[in-house]
Amino acid sequence: MTPDAGAAARRILVIVPAWNEAEGLSAVLAELRAAVPAADVLVVDDGSTDRTAQTARAAGARVARLPYNLGVGGAMRTGYRYALDQGYDTAVQVDADGQHDPGYVPALLAALETADLVVGARFAGVGDYRVRGPRRWSMRLLSLVLSGMAGTRLTDATSGLRACNRDMIAFFARWYPAEYLGDTVESMVGALRCGYRVRQVPVAMRPRTTGVPSQSPARALVYLARTALVLLLALTRRVPAPQRAEPAARVPEPAGAAR
Amino acid sequence: MHLSVITSLTGLALLACILELLRRHQLREKYAALWLAVGSAVVPLGLFPQMLDSLARGLGIVSGASLVLFAGIVLLLLVCLHLSWESSRLEEETRTLAEEIALIRTALEEQDRPSGCRMRGGSV
Repeated sequence: MTPDAGAAARRILVIVPAWNEAEGLSAVLAELRAAVPAADVLVVDDGSTDRTAQTARAAGARVARLPYNLGVGGAMRTGYRYALDQGYDTAVQVDADGQHDPGYVPALLAALETADLVVGARFAGVGDYRVRGPRRWSMRLLSLVLSGMAGTRLTDATSGLRACNRDMIAFFARWYPAEYLGDTVESMVGALRCGYRVRQVPVAMRPRTTGVPSQSPARALVYLARTALVLLLALTRRVPAPQRAEPAARVPEPAGAAR
Repeated sequence: MHLSVITSLTGLALLACILELLRRHQLREKYAALWLAVGSAVVPLGLFPQMLDSLARGLGIVSGASLVLFAGIVLLLLVCLHLSWESSRLEEETRTLAEEIALIRTALEEQDRPSGCRMRGGSV
């Protein structure tokens, strides 16, 4: 484990995967700047067809523009590679749709003292988000399996609000699943299987500012089946060896040389 | 008699196609090996269809036609599986390339920007 040379010296990168989020993005970026002024923000434009990249640039964020839509997993690995190449100490993931309150980011960062990966979780006492029926069973299943693996309570495997340290950045820069639920469930299972310490911080999530949530019983059943399949695959698939960040990597290397 | 003419011509045409594609570098060796094996199995069976029946009987299958159908379906399934595997691999490769492109674009942009704008943390 790399000892933290004071939280003040810590270089933080906030990765914001965005796909056609021009509408709500500037509000999210403004909130981020207010909540964690010391952090750099990288918006990964996941093949947007609207003005996502321009909006992000206008708000002062760096932008990595993917040539076509890769899904959240692809966008995230791009962000982690950037963090690794540029030698960041901490990476934070925040969704661009406004459902994550950047005000929780300092709490996530504080919890990194005792963990490699910190997840901002619903259903953990804060907030009044409730689900019923098959969707609830899916959440229960995920929570049960992941909590068992982590040895601590993990109530929200599908949360995209996370923070992680250098070791985790090195790991995710090489391996970040891009398939359905891979960016959330499988990546967390992979981290747990490699022995990283995963903890959660209770958060409340807001209704999305853009887009509509899918909430029909049939869809929820399909979701349950897919969740179970993803979990099964994630538990049986081969995962790469755990990565430990080398102290020498502090000197930023040119992009691509760190592979 | 007619049967053996048709089957042998088919087998030979198949083999000729494979060899020609290979010669023109249109077919990678890893795929060609499979098809060459198929071709070299089909040609003798096409020339001498009676071989098929004796082969089938040797394997405990009553009719040569059943053997051909069974072997054909198994082969096609394996080929499909192989192609799915190859396309998954290709998707992973194009994903990596797309990510590299995004990072290179970012690095270029940061280079172009006036130095004052990348004071905080920026280090390209």
